[in-house]
Amino acid sequence: MIGNTSGGWQDALLAHGPQAAQVLDLWRVTLAVCSVVFALVLLALLLALWRAPRGTHETAPLIAPDDRIPLRRVGGAIAASALLLLGLLGGSVATDRALAQLVLRDALHVELTGRQWWWSIHYDDPDPSRGFDTANELHLPLGRPVILTLRSGDVIHSVWIPSLAGKKDLIPGRTTTLTLRADRAGLYRGQCAEFCGAQHAWMGLPVSVDEPARFEAWADAQRAAAKPPADELARRGQRLMLNGACAMCHAIRGTDANARQGPDLTHLAARGTLAAGTLPNDAAHLAAWVSNPAAHKPGVNMPSATFSPDELQAVVAYLRGLQ
Amino acid sequence: MKRAKALPVAVPGLVVAAALIVGCEREQRRFDPPTPPPAAGDTVRQELNAYDVSQGKRLYRWYNCSGCHAGGGGGIGPPLIDARWRYGGDTPQIVQSILHGRPDGMPAFAGRIPDEQAWKIAAYVRSMSGQLRTDVAANRGDALSSGPPESRRSREDIALDPTRPASASIAASAASGAQR
Repeated sequence: MIGNTSGGWQDALLAHGPQAAQVLDLWRVTLAVCSVVFALVLLALLLALWRAPRGTHETAPLIAPDDRIPLRRVGGAIAASALLLLGLLGGSVATDRALAQLVLRDALHVELTGRQWWWSIHYDDPDPSRGFDTANELHLPLGRPVILTLRSGDVIHSVWIPSLAGKKDLIPGRTTTLTLRADRAGLYRGQCAEFCGAQHAWMGLPVSVDEPARFEAWADAQRAAAKPPADELARRGQRLMLNGACAMCHAIRGTDANARQGPDLTHLAARGTLAAGTLPNDAAHLAAWVSNPAAHKPGVNMPSATFSPDELQAVVAYLRGLQ
Repeated sequence: MKRAKALPVAVPGLVVAAALIVGCEREQRRFDPPTPPPAAGDTVRQELNAYDVSQGKRLYRWYNCSGCHAGGGGGIGPPLIDARWRYGGDTPQIVQSILHGRPDGMPAFAGRIPDEQAWKIAAYVRSMSGQLRTDVAANRGDALSSGPPESRRSREDIALDPTRPASASIAASAASGAQR
């Protein structure tokens, strides 16, 4: 399940794709250089202390005035610093070049839009009728390059999936792209990495990397319209949602709900989490979320529903059926 | 001597305190659980808070008010930035128009949106004609706008539409309130 946090699923030191590996290499080089420099500075400090003139119990240390500047040593330190910094700069440029050279043949195109505080996701396809919308959970095929087109619906966000790629900003009025490839199947977690308001910390992006066949099966299921409600309780829940406030912001494909202000709910029950990686997706948390979203994410733009307990039960039954 | 020493501390301290006090009033955010919508006649509370008005501005776009009223200049629906109001330009009357609709096209949003959102939208609508304090009205928007920001608009003198008898407008407003 995506709710499982074990196994380093959000760890920049565990790279599972070429882009993250490049960034990790640069990080290691930087760490090594900085560690050596830090150690040398400490050594020089210790040496200076060791060689400093000492006094006795009664007399202060005798410090001879010395006007000579040790030109050779200062100059050498400056030159070494400049060389090391230039080296790191070169490493950074080389990493950028390597990131840009990811082979993008047969790439999957995904549009990712950041909103306060969730992710709107659209899977593109050369055949437009095969494109589809989803939200808050990114599914990627194993070993296939992905081009993420990044947009923002309100303020600046930043997407960061540490195990798969470096971070990239989502900027209002501007389109940016992030390319990546995942080389290990599994569950990862992305996170908004640019402070974007009260619930920035709860703007998570679970990422599921699957074998191509499994990914295609998932995509086919997502393309389908929402399942009609199975029983009378779920039918009541659907009526409540379509005739109430829910349909003002949410889309459920196959029904009259077509709004785009909130996450697409067509296959809500197939997702592992609610509210952008905030809550596990089960009936109890769904009911708690719908009846008072702000208790879990204060400031969230979704208002509290005013359903009676049995109405809430019907709505949850309907949403749980949206597989 | 003593006074000269205290001044460099006291003056910036007072400035910071003043800024904080002003900031509290302007930006205090009431998150859910939602406060009950104000009683009829309470025109003040929802207008005093810049956060509520900015939320109203967002909802005005989200719920496609601009589809008919455009940026306030009107189109299919009447303009909202001028002084003419067929059904009254006070907050409770605007809330009535939003929740219960008006003849010739204004749909009713009661049950479709929470009441407190209608109050926020109404506060924003009033800011379009400069009815709100300038430190409460919105300064900028996310979308392109042809006019000055709401906080810099001159205050329109809201009056009932002269083409309708005033008593009829108020009666219509009261009648739709009674249906509620």
